[in-house]
Amino acid sequence: LPLLSLGRSRGAIISQYYNRTMKLRRRRQSRPSIKDFSRSARPSIRGYGMETDCMETEGRDQLVNNLQNLSLSDRVRMLRAMPLSVAEKSELRYLYSSTILLSTSLSFSSLYPAVALKRVSGRFGTGVLSYFLFVKTLLFFNIFLFLVTGLLLAVPQAVHPPTLTQGHEAFSGLELLTGGGYFSDSVIYYGYYSNSTLSKDCRVTSSSMEQQPSPSVSRRTMETDCGGKPSYNMPLAYFFTIGLAFFITCIILVYSMSKSFGQSFRIDKSHGILAMKVFCSWDFKVIKKTSVKLRSENICIQLRELLEETSRKHVQKTACQRIGRVLVHVLAWFICIGSTVACVLALYYFSEYMHKVRDTRFHLLWCCCQCWESFVGQELYRFLLMDFIFTILDTFFGEFLWRLFSQRVLKRKRKPVFDISRNVLELIYGQTLAWLGVLFTPLLPAVQIIKLLLLFYMKQTSVMMNCQSPRKPYRASQMSTIFITLLCCPSFLGAAVCVSYTMWSIRPSESCGPFRSLSTMFQSGKLWVKELETHNPNLAWLAWAHSYIVENPLFLFLAAGIFLIVIYFNTQVVDGQRKIISLLQEQIENVTSLNSLIQYLNPS
Amino acid sequence: MGTTASQLGKDLLSEYQELTFLTKQEILLAHKRYSELLSKEDRNLTSVPMEKVLSLPELKSNPFRKRICHVFSTSDMKDGSLTFEDFLDLLSAFSDSATLEIKSHYAFRIFDFDDDGTLDGGDLEKLVNCLTGKTEDTRLTPEEMRQLISNILEESDIDKDGTVNLSEFQHVISRSPDFVRAKSLFCRTA
Repeated sequence: LPLLSLGRSRGAIISQYYNRTMKLRRRRQSRPSIKDFSRSARPSIRGYGMETDCMETEGRDQLVNNLQNLSLSDRVRMLRAMPLSVAEKSELRYLYSSTILLSTSLSFSSLYPAVALKRVSGRFGTGVLSYFLFVKTLLFFNIFLFLVTGLLLAVPQAVHPPTLTQGHEAFSGLELLTGGGYFSDSVIYYGYYSNSTLSKDCRVTSSSMEQQPSPSVSRRTMETDCGGKPSYNMPLAYFFTIGLAFFITCIILVYSMSKSFGQSFRIDKSHGILAMKVFCSWDFKVIKKTSVKLRSENICIQLRELLEETSRKHVQKTACQRIGRVLVHVLAWFICIGSTVACVLALYYFSEYMHKVRDTRFHLLWCCCQCWESFVGQELYRFLLMDFIFTILDTFFGEFLWRLFSQRVLKRKRKPVFDISRNVLELIYGQTLAWLGVLFTPLLPAVQIIKLLLLFYMKQTSVMMNCQSPRKPYRASQMSTIFITLLCCPSFLGAAVCVSYTMWSIRPSESCGPFRSLSTMFQSGKLWVKELETHNPNLAWLAWAHSYIVENPLFLFLAAGIFLIVIYFNTQVVDGQRKIISLLQEQIENVTSLNSLIQYLNPS
Repeated sequence: MGTTASQLGKDLLSEYQELTFLTKQEILLAHKRYSELLSKEDRNLTSVPMEKVLSLPELKSNPFRKRICHVFSTSDMKDGSLTFEDFLDLLSAFSDSATLEIKSHYAFRIFDFDDDGTLDGGDLEKLVNCLTGKTEDTRLTPEEMRQLISNILEESDIDKDGTVNLSEFQHVISRSPDFVRAKSLFCRTA
C-alpha cells in the first residue's frame, strides 16, 4: 500500500478527524497556540507515518473524547461529515453518549425559493445560472433605488400636489410607449417636483409652479414659518436622496465586488479543465435510459472538443498569426469608436441646423416652456422601453427562430448555445440607463423592475426550450465576479460621473423642478449648511468641514493615494503566495521521488 | 444492528437522523423503499443482494451502479449486498445536504475501480469508458484515450507519481462548482 493512499484506511480517517475535532475545540475555547500550526516550510514524512492502522483503537478513544467536549451542533456536524459507515458512526456515538438529548432534525432547506432556478442549473450548469443570479442582483439594486426615491420623493410630493398652470391631459394608452402626455405632468418626472418646503396647511403661502422669475433664495427658506407644523424641504430632499442612493449603491457594489473577487480568485493558474470535466460531469440525477444515452453522447463530444482545443493550444502560434490577431482587434476598436464619434458629431450638427431653421419666436418658446430635465427623463424612459422591446425581439428571433432554423434547415443535431456574454451586456446597458435616469425620472427604477421581472421568466422559458449547455465548465464565481466588475466599472462609474457633473455644474431649468431658482443643484446643499450655521452657531464646524473636505481636491487625492497603496500591497502579497505555491509543488515532487527511492532501496 | 422489515423504532430514527444527512421523512421513505426490495421469502435476511439493489430505477441505467454497490457494502463477502444502514449511507452521501468532502471521498472510491486507493491509468480509462457509454460511436479511440489520460494526469497529478490520490482528486474537485450539484441522487419518488 503506497504511503500516500490516505483515503482508504479507517485509522487514517479517525486520526484525521481527531485532528479536526482538536482544532475545533481549541477554536471554540480560545486562540490556538502557535505549536498547533503546521509547519509549512517542510512537508514532514513523520506525518505520514502516524496514519496507519495501528493508530486505530487509541485514535478512536481520543476522537471520542474530543467529540464529547464539543457542543451539540458541532458534534452532529462532525459526525455527519465523517466518511465512515453508519454502523461505525453509531459505534462512536454509543461510546461518547450516555444520555443524549436528541435534537430535532436540522433541515438544510434550499435557500433559493424558485424551483425553476434549480431546474435551469441542473440542465445548463452554473454558467447560465450565474446569468439568472445576476438578474436577481440587479432586481435587488432597483428595488432599493425605487424604495428610496419612492418613499422620500414621490410620496411626499404626491401627497402635496402642486397647483397646475395648464390643464391636465387625459390618459390614453400611448403614454406607456412615449412617456409623455399624461405622464409628463406627474410625479414620474423631475418637472413635477416643487422647489419649496412642503408642509400641511401652508399650501397657500408656498410658491408653486407659477412663473416667478426672481431668484430670491431667501424667499424659499422664509416659508418655514407655518406654525411649527412638520415641513419637508423638497429641493434638499431631492438632492440628498439622489446623492445618498448613489452613495449606498456604490458601497454595496464595491463590497459585493470585493467579496466575489475573494471567492473566485485562484492564485494558481487553473488549467485543469479536462480533469474537471472527467471527474465532475456525470450527473447522478439522470435516471432515464434515453437521458443517460444522451448525456454520454454529450460528454463524448465535449471531451473530443476539449482535447482538440488543448492540442491546438500546444501548437505554437507564429508571429504572423499573432500580429494578425492584434490587427483584427485594433480594427474592431477603431470601427466601434469611429462610428460612435460619427454619430455624436452628426447629432450635434443636426441639432445646430434645427436651431437655425426654427423661427426665433418659436425658439424662445421652445427654450422656456421645455423643462429640459423632464425632456431628458422622457428620452431615457423611451430608451429603456426600446431596450426591452429589442430584448424581446432578440429572444424571439435569436433564440427561438434560430433554433428552429438550425434544426430544420441546417439539420444540426444540437441546439444553439446560450450566449451569456451578449445577454449580460444587454442587462448592464439597461441598468446604466436606469442609473442615469434616476436624477431626472425618480420612478424609473420601477420600470426597470417590471422589465427585469418579465425578462427573468421570458429568458427562463427560452433557455429551457431553445438552448443547450455550454461546452466549457465555467466557474460560476468567476463569472459573477466579471459581471459585477463590469456593472461597477464602466456602468455605475459612468452614470455616477454624469449625474455628479449634472449636479455640480449644469444650471437647472428656470421653469420647473425643485432647483429652479438655483445656479446649480449642488447649491441647495450649500445653502442648507449656511442656514444651519446662521440658526445654530454650534454647527459652524459643519461648514468648516464642508469647505475643507468636500470642496477641497487635496482630500480626494490623499484618499486615492491611500487606496492605491493598499492595492499595491495586496498584489505583492498575492505574488508572494504564487511563488510559495510553485516552491511547494516542487517540494512535493521531490519528496515523492525520495519516497519511492527509499522504498526501492528498502523493500520490506 | 439490523432493522425489522415492518417498523422503524423512534430512537433508531433519531439516531439515523443524527448520523446522516437525511431528514426524518427521507429516512422513512428509504425504509419503505428498502422493505419493498426485500421480497417475502427473504424477510429474515438483513441485507439485500446486489441484483435487487441494481433494480432500483435510480440505479438501473447508471453506468457506475456496480461500483456504488461495492463501495457502500459492508458485507464480509464483498458481494455488493447492502444492509439498511449501507442503504442509508448511500442516500446520505448522495443527498443535497452532504458536504463536498463526503461526496468527493465517495466519488473517489467509486472511481477507483481496482480498489488500490489511487486512480491510475487503468482506473481513468475505465472511468472514461463508463462516462462515454457502451456504444461504439461514443467511445473514444485508443489514441484519444491515451491523450486524454496523459492530459488528466498532467493537470491533476501534483506529486508526479503517475496516479491521482485522494488529496489531488479533492483539489481538482474544489475548483469545480458543478460537482456538489451533480453528485446528488434525486430520491423523492414515492
